[in-house]
Amino acid sequence: MAPVDELTTAYLSARHDPAFRKELRDLFTNYVGRPTPLYEAHRATQSTGVRLFFKREDLAHTGAHKINNALGQTLLARRMGKRRIVAETGAGQHGVATATACALLGLECVVYMGAEDMARQALNVFRMRLLGATVTQVDSGSRTLKDAINEAMRDWVANVESTYYSLGSALGPHPYPLMVREFQSVIGQEARDQILEAAGRLPDLLVACVGGGSNAMGLFDAFIDDKAVRLMGVEAGGRGITPGGHAARFAGGRAGVLHGTRSLLLQDDDGNILPTHSVSAGLDYPSIGPEHAWLASIGRSEYDWIDDDAALQGFEWLARAEGLLPALESSHAVAWIQRELPRLAPGTVVIVNLSGRGDKDVETVRAILAERESIAAGGRA
Amino acid sequence: MSRLASAFTPAGPTRLVTYVTAGDPDRARSRDVLLALGRAGADVIEVGVPFSDPIADGPAIQRASERALAAGSTLATTLDLVREVREQIAAPIVIFTYVNPVMRMGPDTFVARAAEAGVDGVLLLDLPIEEASAMRQALDARGIDVIFLVSPTTTDARLAEAARLGRGFLYAISRLGVTGARDAVATSAQPLVERLRRVSHLPVALGFGISRPEHVREVMGYADAAVVGSALVEVIADAAAKGADVPAAVEAFVLWLKGAVRA
Repeated sequence: MAPVDELTTAYLSARHDPAFRKELRDLFTNYVGRPTPLYEAHRATQSTGVRLFFKREDLAHTGAHKINNALGQTLLARRMGKRRIVAETGAGQHGVATATACALLGLECVVYMGAEDMARQALNVFRMRLLGATVTQVDSGSRTLKDAINEAMRDWVANVESTYYSLGSALGPHPYPLMVREFQSVIGQEARDQILEAAGRLPDLLVACVGGGSNAMGLFDAFIDDKAVRLMGVEAGGRGITPGGHAARFAGGRAGVLHGTRSLLLQDDDGNILPTHSVSAGLDYPSIGPEHAWLASIGRSEYDWIDDDAALQGFEWLARAEGLLPALESSHAVAWIQRELPRLAPGTVVIVNLSGRGDKDVETVRAILAERESIAAGGRA
Repeated sequence: MSRLASAFTPAGPTRLVTYVTAGDPDRARSRDVLLALGRAGADVIEVGVPFSDPIADGPAIQRASERALAAGSTLATTLDLVREVREQIAAPIVIFTYVNPVMRMGPDTFVARAAEAGVDGVLLLDLPIEEASAMRQALDARGIDVIFLVSPTTTDARLAEAARLGRGFLYAISRLGVTGARDAVATSAQPLVERLRRVSHLPVALGFGISRPEHVREVMGYADAAVVGSALVEVIADAAAKGADVPAAVEAFVLWLKGAVRA
C-alpha cells in the first residue's frame, strides 16, 4: 500500500500545482498538437441528416490519445524523483506514448508486452525500441494485456524506490482511475467547446470504444453533468459472446477484483480470470475501469459491443467514406455508429472519439482480408 | 489459545511455516504432500489456492498455480482437500489466497466452508486492511485467525494497525518484490521484524527468498518462524517432472530445512 499511498499524495499535490499544470498544458499545445480537431463527417452520414463529428485524437502525436496520460504521468514521475518508468502495453500505443515521453524527459523506460501482442503489433515494438525503450516480452498466462500488467506490477513492487509505474488506462488501484481520467479529460473539455462552436449546442450522443476505458472517460468526463447527453461505450465482441471469445464485460462480467480494482470482470465460476479475444489488442482485457462500472450502475452511461467482423467493416467504411483509417480499437466505436446511423433522428448531433489512427493495424487488416480471400477462392474451386 | 497461536509456543530452535499450492501437481499427490509436511514437522502449513493471475508471486509459484489449475484445483477443491487431511495433521492449516475466488464463492459461504474444513487461519493476499473488516469479523466469529502481510515499505501506522487487527501471527515479507527463492536473506528483513516487535506481541513469521537451512537458522535469530514457499514448490515440480516420489521428496526437504538431517 505504501507505493500507492506515495503516488496518491504526489498526484493530489501535483494536480493543484500551477507550474505542473502549465508544463503539461504547454506540452499538450506545442508537442502533442492540441487541441485536436473536431471534424464533421459528411459523406459518411449520407442522407440520414445526422450531424456526425469525429474527435481527432488520431492526430495527436504518436497517433492516439495515450500520449495525454503518458506525458502527465511521466512528468509526475520526474517530480517524484523516479528515474525509471515501467509500463504495460496491449496494442503498443501506451508503450509508444510512454517511450516517447521518457525520451523527451530523459528517463529510462521498460515496457512489458504480451508475446501475442508483440507479434500482432510488431511495428509498434520497433517504434518503442527506436525511442530507446526496452521492450520485455511476457510469456505467462494469455500473453496479452492482462499479463503485461501482471509483469509491470511485479517489477514495480520489486523496484518501487527507483521506479514509477505508468499505467495506460483508467484501471488499477486508486489513484490510477482518477488520475488517468483527469489527464485524458482534456479530450472532452476541448470537444465540449468545439461542439458548442460548431453545432451551437451540446451533442445528443457520445460514442467511444472501451478497453480499460481511458479514451471514453476522457471524452465523457466533461459531459457527465449534462444529463441529456447520452454516453455510449463500445466493447469488443470478438468472435461473439461465448466464454473466452470476447472482451465485453457488460455482456458477461461479474463483480470481482483484479489488479487492485473492484469492477466488472470476465471470470469463471471459481473466480479465475477468463481469457479474452478481440481483433484489437487494446480492447483485449477482462476487466473495465471501475468508473465505467459505476456510471453504468447509476444509469448514466450505456454499453454495447461490436464483434471483430463488424469492427473490420467499420474500419473499411471510414477509410472509403472519409479517408480516415481508424485504429482497430476505435473501429469498434466507428462500427457502432455505422450500424446505428439509420436509426437516429435527423438533426441528432453525435461525437465519436477517433481515439487512435489505424496505421499500426494495416498489416493485421491486410492479413485478415488476404486470409478471407483465400478461403473464398478455396470455396469456389 | 488458537491452534495457530499455540504453534508458536514455547519458543523453539527452528520453526517452519511451509507453503504449497493446493492440487499441485495433482489432487492425490497434493493430499500426500500435505500429509508429508505434517510428518516432517512443519509447524504451520499454508495451503495456497491456485489463481489465474497471481501478481504477488514469482515464476515458481506461478507455474505451481498453472499446474494445479490444469489439474482442476479450485478454492472449493482446496477446502475439500483440507477437510480430508485435517484429522491426520496436528499442525495448524492456513488458507493463502487471492481475494477474487473468495468473492466469487461468496465471503459467507467461504467462511462457513473453511470452518467446516477445520481451517485455522486465512491470509487474503490482495485484500488491504482497510477493506478487510467484514471478512475479519466473519472469520473471527468462526474462530479462524486472519493473518496480515507487512513489508519493508509498510509504514509504522500500518504496522500498528496490522498488529492490532491481525490474529495468529504476522507474515513479514523480507524484501520488496514477489515470491521466489534467493541465495541470501535480504538485509531489509531484520529491521522490519524489529519494527514489528515494537508494536506487536504476535509471533512474526518471515518469508520471501528463504530456501536453505542456513537461511532458516539466520531468520530464527530474530523472528519466530521462517516461511518457505517457492523452494518447496520447486522440489515438488522437480520430483514430479522426474517421475520421482513427490511426497518423499517434500518430506526429505523439510527435514533438511529443519536441520534434522544432512543433505
